Amino acid sequence: MRRLALAAALVILAALPFWAGGTFYINIASQILLYAIFALGLNVLVGYAGLVSLGHAGLLGIAAYGAARLLTGGHGHLAAIAGALALALAAAALFAVLALRGTGIGFVMITLALGQIVWGVAYRWISITNGDNGISVTGRPSPLGFSLASPSHFYWATLVVFVLALGSMAMLVASPFGAGLRGTRDQPRRMAALGYHVWMIRFLAFLLSGFWSGVAGLLFLYYNQFVSPQAVALTASAEALLMVISGGSGTLLGPVVGAGLVIIMKNVASAYIERWNFVLGAIFVAIVIFMPDGLVPGAARLWRRVTARPATRAASAVAAPGERPAR
Amino acid sequence: MSGPSAALAVERLTKSFGGLLVTASVDLAVEPGERRLIIGPNGAGKTTLFNLITGELRPDRGTVTLFGRDITRTPGWHRAHLGISRTYQIITLFPRETLLRNVTLSLLGRSPLRWNPVARLEGQTALIGRAREALARVGLEHLAGRPLSQTSYGERRRVEIAMALAQDPRILLLDEPFAGLSIEERRDVLQLVSGIPRDVTIVMIEHDMDVALDFAERITVLHFGQVVVEGTRGEVVAHPRTREIYLGE
Repeated sequence: MRRLALAAALVILAALPFWAGGTFYINIASQILLYAIFALGLNVLVGYAGLVSLGHAGLLGIAAYGAARLLTGGHGHLAAIAGALALALAAAALFAVLALRGTGIGFVMITLALGQIVWGVAYRWISITNGDNGISVTGRPSPLGFSLASPSHFYWATLVVFVLALGSMAMLVASPFGAGLRGTRDQPRRMAALGYHVWMIRFLAFLLSGFWSGVAGLLFLYYNQFVSPQAVALTASAEALLMVISGGSGTLLGPVVGAGLVIIMKNVASAYIERWNFVLGAIFVAIVIFMPDGLVPGAARLWRRVTARPATRAASAVAAPGERPAR
Repeated sequence: MSGPSAALAVERLTKSFGGLLVTASVDLAVEPGERRLIIGPNGAGKTTLFNLITGELRPDRGTVTLFGRDITRTPGWHRAHLGISRTYQIITLFPRETLLRNVTLSLLGRSPLRWNPVARLEGQTALIGRAREALARVGLEHLAGRPLSQTSYGERRRVEIAMALAQDPRILLLDEPFAGLSIEERRDVLQLVSGIPRDVTIVMIEHDMDVALDFAERITVLHFGQVVVEGTRGEVVAHPRTREIYLGE
C-alpha cells in the first residue's frame, strides 16, 4: 500500500511537465523541489537534532557563490559543483564548531550571527561577490549529455536530486545513527551517560545538513543562473525555518509540504492577492493554533480521527485513562 | 586510602558551585563486587558526587580512578564504555519511544553500530534480542512494545535499571532507585537489585536510610559535602554522628 502510493506519487511528479500547464508552473515545481531539499537539510538539525539554525541560507549561499565564482573563473561545471560542495561542507564544519558551543537559544544566536556575516560578505566584499549586483552565470550543465537548459529538463534533474535527498533522509531516520541523533535531541545528558558522543553526533548532523544545503545552493544557482545577497539574507533563513516548522519538523515529509506551501504562496497567490505576505502570515498563525506540530503530523492526526471514528467509542471505553498519543 | 584493588576510588574530590562547596575533599574506595550505600540528608552532595564520577561534572580538584585507571579527565561518554552505568534520581528516559526502543538505545550506546547511518535499526535482530533479554531481566518483557509514557512510575524505574544493566557495567551507580515508589514497588526493585551478580560493583545513593539498609555492606554518610562516617552497616548505624545527622542534634 505504502509502496504503491510512493510509486504513484513518483509517476505523477515525473509526469508533471506534461500536466502542469506551462513553463511557469514547471518552474514553480522546480523551485518547490529545490527548496524542499534545502528544508530537508535544515530539518536534520531542527527536527532530529533539536538545534534551530537561523543561518542556513548562509550555507546555501556559500555553495551558490562558490560555484558562481568558479564558473565565472572559467572552470567547468564538474569542478564548480565539486568545489561548491566542498566549500559548503567546510563552512558547515566551521559553523558547527562555533555554534555547537551552545544549544537552545545560544545555538540560534550564533547561527544567526554567522548567517549575517555571510550576508555582510556577500553585500560588502565587492571584489569577491560583486556586492549588490550579484553574480550571473550562463549555461546549465549537461550531465551525461542531457541538457538542463529547458525548464522541464531542469525540473527532472531537480526531481532526481530531490528523490535522492528524501531517500537519504528516510534511511537516516530508520538508522541507528538517526535513533541516536533523536536521542541527543530528547535527553542529551542521558545519551552521554549511555556512551554516545553527543557533540560528535551533532557535528555530523550539521555536516549532513550543510551538505544538502549546499546541494540546494547549487540548484538555486543553476535555476536562477544568478546569485545575489538576497539569497543569503536573514529572511531567506527564516523562510526555510518556516517551511520546516509549518510542514512539521522532525517528520520526513513535513519540510517538503512546508516548502510547497511557502513557494506556492510566494509565486502563485501573489499573482492574485497583492498582500500575499499577509495571507502567508495568517496561514502560519492558523497552523500554529490548529496544528502546532505542523501540517503533516496535524493532517495525520486528523486522518486517524476520521478513519477511526466508528471504532473510537469502543476503544476509548477499553483504553486506560491517560492512554493518549504521546506528544 | 584506596588500595590498587579498588573498583572505584575517589581521592580528595572537590567541587564548588560559586561559593557553595558541594563536594569537600571526599575520599571513597569501593572494592570490586561491593555493595556500597551512600546516605545523607538533602543537599549533602550525593548526586553531585555521582555526577563527578560519571563525568557529567568536572571536579575542581581530586581524582577519580576506575580499576586503577585515572579517569578524572576522561569525557563522560567514554566512561560509559569503560564500564560505568548509572540511573537517575529524576527519571530521564525517552517518553515517546517504546520500552524496547529505550533499552535498544542503551545497548546501541556501547556498540559501534551507533555511528551507522545506512543500516536499518529495526533489522538489528541480535541487538533487539539482547534488549528483550534485558527487559525480561527486570520482568517487563510483556510491555516491550508499549510507549514509555503509558507505563507506571515503578515500571519506569525498572526500565532505568534494565538500561543500565543492558550495558554490562562493571560499576553500577543507582541514584535513589526507591524514590517515589510504593512499598510493593520498592520490594520489587530491591529484589531486582539484590539479584545483580557480584561481578557488578554497586554504589547506591539513598535519602531514606531504612529502605536500602538491608542491601548495603558498607555505608558512607555524607553531610555538607564531606564524608562524616564510613564503615560496615552495624558500625554506621551505631555511630553517634549518624544519629545526630538523622535524628537532629
